[in-house]
Amino acid sequence: MLASGIWGITASSWRRVAKHGAGAVTTKSLWLKEHKGHSNPVIISTEHWTLNAVGVPDAGVEKAKEEIGEYNKDKPVPLIANIIAESAENYAKTAQAIVELKPDFLEVNISCPNIEDEFGRPFACSADDAAAVTKAVKAVSGDIPVFIKLSPNVENIGTIALACAKAGADGFTAINTVGPGMAIDLRSRRPILANRVGGLSGPAIKPIAVKCIADVYKATEGKLPIIGTGGVATGKDAMELMLAGASLIGIGTAVADRGADVFAKVCEEMSAWCDAEGVASCGELIGGMHRSFSS
Amino acid sequence: MGCCGHCSPAKRLPETHPIAHIVRETAHVQTFTFKVSLGAKPGQFVMVWLPGVDEVPMSVAEDDGKELKITFFAAGDMTEKLAQCKEGDLVGLRGPFGTHYTWEKKQKLALLAGGYGAAPMHFVAKEAAKDGCTVDVFVGARGKEHLLYLDALCALKRVALHVATDDGSQGFKGTNVAALVEELDGGARYDQLFACGPERMLVAVSQLSAQRKIPSQLSLERYMKCGYGLCGNCVVDPLGIRLCTDGPVVKNDLCMEITEFGKFHRDDVGKKHLF
Ligand SMILES: Cc1cc2nc3c(=O)[nH]c(=O)nc-3n(C[C@H](O)[C@H](O)[C@H](O)COP(=O)(O)OP(=O)(O)OC[C@H]3O[C@@H](n4cnc5c(N)ncnc54)[C@H](O)[C@@H]3O)c2cc1C
Ligand SMILES: Cc1cc2nc3c(=O)[nH]c(=O)nc-3n(C[C@H](O)[C@H](O)[C@H](O)COP(=O)(O)O)c2cc1C
Ligand code: FES
Repeated sequence: MLASGIWGITASSWRRVAKHGAGAVTTKSLWLKEHKGHSNPVIISTEHWTLNAVGVPDAGVEKAKEEIGEYNKDKPVPLIANIIAESAENYAKTAQAIVELKPDFLEVNISCPNIEDEFGRPFACSADDAAAVTKAVKAVSGDIPVFIKLSPNVENIGTIALACAKAGADGFTAINTVGPGMAIDLRSRRPILANRVGGLSGPAIKPIAVKCIADVYKATEGKLPIIGTGGVATGKDAMELMLAGASLIGIGTAVADRGADVFAKVCEEMSAWCDAEGVASCGELIGGMHRSFSS
Repeated sequence: MGCCGHCSPAKRLPETHPIAHIVRETAHVQTFTFKVSLGAKPGQFVMVWLPGVDEVPMSVAEDDGKELKITFFAAGDMTEKLAQCKEGDLVGLRGPFGTHYTWEKKQKLALLAGGYGAAPMHFVAKEAAKDGCTVDVFVGARGKEHLLYLDALCALKRVALHVATDDGSQGFKGTNVAALVEELDGGARYDQLFACGPERMLVAVSQLSAQRKIPSQLSLERYMKCGYGLCGNCVVDPLGIRLCTDGPVVKNDLCMEITEFGKFHRDDVGKKHLF
């Protein structure tokens, strides 16, 4: 599925991604009211990594209403509405407004590393804060499943996930971007990103994603679904995240290099590998790493 | 140079270069030359970064393998600060990004340039002439004080210049598209029309291209952030294509499927603005 923040601004963009084989699409993080992002440069990369400090710009619920409404008129694949706010109270308000637009899932972004100057440490950095947001959103989400998007930039992602699970989370997305990191231009000696620092994504972060997913899976005893996201570009990457415990796969940064077809290509590469290796269904890979110790 | 010396060029990471040379074209337009080549083709753009201020997309006005030029109009915050830069000041460049104009050898081309569009069109004319194309360039502006690149275009072989001003202060009185219509009505024939300029002008070219069944390629502008197809800020309705990778230069057949063309564009938070 398409990860949040990539291409996810308009209904026509979600449709295009669906047409190219994505099983679901995630919106860019939605705010209750219009929120300005950072000045450019906001996204820079090499073939190994991408640094972004877009600053979560969004036009607010009114625009979401228009775009999600348009998408729902003829919905090709499920829509995950990703929401963000500055307090548990506003997470609930945003969730309430978005639930009315009837998305298939809610994904709660409590882990954006590039708006710390504005809002302080993300809620995903403390088990209590993360649980409080989960509880606030669950109170208004009705029967729409709630996935909590976790941060890799903590020492205890397992404990945080467990706290969210106890507060009612229906699943997790792991991981958001790593760091933050910084890149400096040699001649001007200035950080390149206008925000100076930004979240790291792309191939370089895959090992961190694998470890975080494994921790979340273990802490929650594999009982809740995990959307594994972080550095996936190929079918093999996706299967590695599944072995760690992911039951769904999100792809972000890789769309720039492999294009919209990346979703179909990753699925084909997974089936081809499973066929060649005599694996009956990709599903049996989920959490396979954990079972490999007990057998 | 790649990120680690072993990979392909790190063109998605800006590198600053000193401005080697500045030419003031008009009261509001300047051309900066940098002693670097990014291997850009006519119609492609680069992201231009002024450290501490902003980074914006700009068409490549020339890339001859040794030097790269940009020609820009001081339109707002960043470009006004850029206009205050002096030779030697550092400006970051990354790219080139996007599609470019394409032609076949020996074709007859009509180029329509509005505003700073004259700069990339000069790049097209120069390269197409090398391929044996015959090129008519229609440069348009409100008045003669806004006309750009006339001398440079005149100096090119196989290139004929047509000037149009809204107020009639130089050349044809009216738009450059109206000047082209006159040529067509007078019997001129072209294999392709290329256009770069305000969207209003592009709409007129698109309609003319469809009516007269002359293929055309148009350069469309939308708000850009990454410039290479990741953020999705430049997607257009209803196709969902990204104009930084599937554009900025699009064929008219594709352009006519973009229903927002000539109607609205989106800003940095994705909100629609009518033209
Ligand atoms: C593919 C492409 C090629 C371009 N080529 C040239 C060129 O060769 N010469 C030239 O003078 N200008 C060019 N532009 C336009 C140039 O990017 C804007 O003039 C510039 O961004 C204005 O920034 P500002 O801060 O000075 O103005 P602002 O006050 O910020 O805004 C003025 C206008 O510029 C637009 N703008 C601001 N930031 C961006 C952005 N990141 N992406 C797109 N539009 C933006 C705004 O939407 C607004 O309409 C090009 C734009 C695109 C998309
Ligand atoms: C340009 C960009 C913008 C992003 N914006 C958001 C966002 O708005 N909300 C969010 O929850 N995650 C956002 N992310 C994080 C991604 O959804 C994803 O978790 C992360 O990039 C790791 O996956 P990847 O390596 O496949 O990109 C963004 C990532 C990138 C690169
Ligand atoms: S500018 Fe980011 S996708 Fe086009």
